[in-house]
Amino acid sequence: MGALFSFGAVVVLLLIPAIGAGALKMHSLFGVVIPYLAVVIFLGGLIYRVVGWGKVPVPFKIPTTCGQQKSLPWIKHSKLESPATSWEVAARMFLEVVLFRSLFRNLRTEKTPADRVVYASSKWLWLGGIAFHYSFLIVFIRHLRFFKHPTPKFVSIIESFDGFLQIGSPHLFVTGLVLFGAAFYLFLRRVFVPAVRYISLPADYFPLFLIMAIAGTGMLMRYFWKVDIIKVKELTLGLATFNPTVPDGIGVIFYIHLFLVSALFAYFPFSKLVHLGGVFLSPTRNLANNSRMVYHPNPWNYPVKVHTYEEYEEEFRDKMIAVGIPVEKEPPKEEEEKAETEETEGKE
Amino acid sequence: MYDGGKIIAGIIIFLAFATFPFYSNIGKADIKPPKPSLDTPVIKELAVKKCVEPKEYMRANHMQLLIDWRDAALREGKRIYINSRGEEVFISLQNTCMKCHSNKKKFCDECHSYANVDPYCWDCHFAKAKQEEQR
Amino acid sequence: MSKQAKPPKPDELAKSIDYKPPKTNWMETPVEFKPGTYCYGARPKYLEAVEMPNPREWSPADEDWKLPENWKEIVLEGMQDRLGKYRSYKLFMDICVRCGACADKCHFFIGSGDPKNMPVLRAELMRSVYRKYFTTGGKFFGKAAGARELTEDVIKEWWYYYYQCTECRRCSVFCPYGIDTAEITIMGRELTNLLGLQTDWIGGPVANCYHKGNHLGLEPHTIQSNIEMMCDDIEEITGIRIEPTFNRKGAEILFVTPSGDLFGLPGVYTCMGYLMLFHELGLDYTWSTYASEGGNFGFFTSNEMAKKLHYKIYAEAKRLGVKWILGGECGHMWRLVHQYLNTWWGPPDFLEVPKSPITGTVFEHAKSTKMVHVAEFTADLIRHGKIKLDPSRNDHLKVTFHDSCNTSRGMGIFEEPRYVLKHVVNHFYEMPENTIREKTFCCGSGSGLNAGENMELRMRGGFPRANAVRYVNEKYGVNMLANICAIDRAALTTLMQYWVPEVDVCGLHELVGNALVMTGEKKRTMDLRLEPLPGVEEEEEEE
Repeated sequence: MGALFSFGAVVVLLLIPAIGAGALKMHSLFGVVIPYLAVVIFLGGLIYRVVGWGKVPVPFKIPTTCGQQKSLPWIKHSKLESPATSWEVAARMFLEVVLFRSLFRNLRTEKTPADRVVYASSKWLWLGGIAFHYSFLIVFIRHLRFFKHPTPKFVSIIESFDGFLQIGSPHLFVTGLVLFGAAFYLFLRRVFVPAVRYISLPADYFPLFLIMAIAGTGMLMRYFWKVDIIKVKELTLGLATFNPTVPDGIGVIFYIHLFLVSALFAYFPFSKLVHLGGVFLSPTRNLANNSRMVYHPNPWNYPVKVHTYEEYEEEFRDKMIAVGIPVEKEPPKEEEEKAETEETEGKE
Repeated sequence: MYDGGKIIAGIIIFLAFATFPFYSNIGKADIKPPKPSLDTPVIKELAVKKCVEPKEYMRANHMQLLIDWRDAALREGKRIYINSRGEEVFISLQNTCMKCHSNKKKFCDECHSYANVDPYCWDCHFAKAKQEEQR
Repeated sequence: MSKQAKPPKPDELAKSIDYKPPKTNWMETPVEFKPGTYCYGARPKYLEAVEMPNPREWSPADEDWKLPENWKEIVLEGMQDRLGKYRSYKLFMDICVRCGACADKCHFFIGSGDPKNMPVLRAELMRSVYRKYFTTGGKFFGKAAGARELTEDVIKEWWYYYYQCTECRRCSVFCPYGIDTAEITIMGRELTNLLGLQTDWIGGPVANCYHKGNHLGLEPHTIQSNIEMMCDDIEEITGIRIEPTFNRKGAEILFVTPSGDLFGLPGVYTCMGYLMLFHELGLDYTWSTYASEGGNFGFFTSNEMAKKLHYKIYAEAKRLGVKWILGGECGHMWRLVHQYLNTWWGPPDFLEVPKSPITGTVFEHAKSTKMVHVAEFTADLIRHGKIKLDPSRNDHLKVTFHDSCNTSRGMGIFEEPRYVLKHVVNHFYEMPENTIREKTFCCGSGSGLNAGENMELRMRGGFPRANAVRYVNEKYGVNMLANICAIDRAALTTLMQYWVPEVDVCGLHELVGNALVMTGEKKRTMDLRLEPLPGVEEEEEEE
């Protein structure tokens, strides 16, 4: 159900520019106003979210320790899994962000016919995630050629690698296909793995459909319904130089692609996609496991009522004296204030 | 603990990447898109100035046409292309296209460099083009 | 209180586990309070004893939970407050992508197949409410945005599932963003506690610990006599009389251990191990009857209660004027000592950086908290050859080691206990790689779930652990499950009796006590359980 709802939402998003830029020719709106708005929402929204998290303190140092702590010098300390210094934390975070290290640990739990459980390595989600994120990153960087003139050298280098198959004209970029394929895999996973289907919300399908639509319209535009790339760059470079111009005669597929990208940008900060920023702030990953070495203050560490030793001794003084446990205060003359103290049953 | 400094540093690094196309283009608002020059002797002498296919089509799709021509000529030995107007055109980059558009630098390269495309036409057709250029 | 439900037979229980999710969407699947899978509600006296809000007689099986009139307001305000205090809470509400990597990592899911035991859904139970009341998308789009109203049924569902999570953090190891369900469960418990929805099994120890110093409610003279009884047994075994001291001012070291070590089997054997070791070393240490609890059931209630209960350790160290603190074998105690205690009540500048008086080793890694784990202490002794060990006394045991969740994923103590173990036993076998160390499985009864009335739940939650023990039992003949946690010692014993009856459970220092060659001791013919040592018997017969 969630999938259908999200699919419908993306179809609506396709139709808006198809009508608005196609039939109604509102090219300035779809070519300039909406993209600018989307970028502002994206940047502003993302900062707003990160600052929002940043304003909340981390009261306790709670790294998830996945390896040997730093303790005695002759015991091998696991610097990456149980980092004790900021540099080690940085290394752990780097591998987490760049290689999805935790996801790489993934296991598949299975029940055997003999009613035992076994655990098998399961790297498909990791592979799908890596393929998805890296192809997206490269696609993103490749698009710099529309926003810079002359195009930076590194973009050309990436393009030449990406187009190494030299199929078609213009050359096929592998990452476009991989992006679409990986998003499609992540979608299929949600549909066909029962547990994952059970937990999936519309908010999980929607970005996948949206990204597939973006990759799809992009490839459609590059390989099939070609548009005048010079005019496209005139428009996009105009955006980047704050000198917006809307040349006539760009195919509507371009406006659809641009609108979907704008939708993704605007949606990004207010959805689960903010994990882009959030992953850096995760207290179970970005803190050092040195809590017995370095004091970690808690800004809201308010005082609490406690049961002091004096109160304790007051209650048990006689019993303590009776068995020779030292006390702070010798008992008053009158003894046996409390003849019997209720013994509570033992637990555990 | 807030780690505010690190968060702000992170935001600044993020912004530095995310807004690169904007700030790196400051002062470049006057970049004009290239205008392919039709100023060649052959074109000047044409009575009706028209290309193999309509201009708008050629602007978006010439790469497709050229690759189709290559396949037709080299793989199928076909040398005749019938265009949308029903005219027969001889399939040849150098003898058909470049006959009119002899100014590769002004006509081809300016746009290709603007759009950052590096077609491999000139891997084979280089020598001839070079001669044209030198003229 | 009603009769305790008996769990089904092990093979029936194992057979009943089915990982296929139900047909109905989870939001439309109401929680079912099946006897044997939940704890009793806390008696009002326990809440009153520590001034917790809304004490009353109630039972989870009741239709009416007698929630205070403004319960919804209390919960929402409670959420708002905590969203501003814990970055983990706010962040983990926001960034989950529901990739499902955590889904089959939870021992309760593996043992029950209940989809709401998938960490991601356990968190979604709360996220759905968070979205409804704290995000714009959720306010406007409702169910389409994964949001839902906070109702009494939601509170019941929260209660059921947040007291069905042992805060073991295994999911957090696998999550690409490190989302830790324990952080969410902790919040779930804080919020339900605002409504007086405590479990009896947690409420009792909390009240005990607050007033009497320990969970079991052992009063000072009882602590002393319990330990003296252990000393009697030690005398019988070794011929050596040990005279430990209590609340002694001027001792160098304060020793704090969970009260589970002072009462009940097999905890006391571990305690005997400590006593023998410290005596043999001639350690200048003292017990405290006031700081007589290392564990902290307050942590399973609220942060505030946990802080209250852990006040005693530093306070007592200061009163007695000791130099540093040594801590016994306990799981959640060490999560808290390692990650919370110093922040709550430290830094204890009146203490000195811990230094072993025997080896001279300075425990630099504990220089701020000033508290050392007994496994670290003993490993250091062995490394420096300061104690004489005869591991052959444990030759009748084939031992495997259970990494406790808290010490594994909330501290990272893996090698110290193994190092000690390898020096005190000759037959040590690891369980399969995916079930130990940072991937270790919970005993199924942690975080205050080791009651009697929820036995089916406990046996289900412990199923993955038992499954791995059974593997090494069948493969190597393992018959002893060693660990460094008091709750493990109690909970795993029950778990093994149910799933793998051939395997017994012990603390690390019980094995140390067995192997320890003491000065002036008589020839050992018994282990610490007063059971005859097999090898020695034969020898005697031969003679």
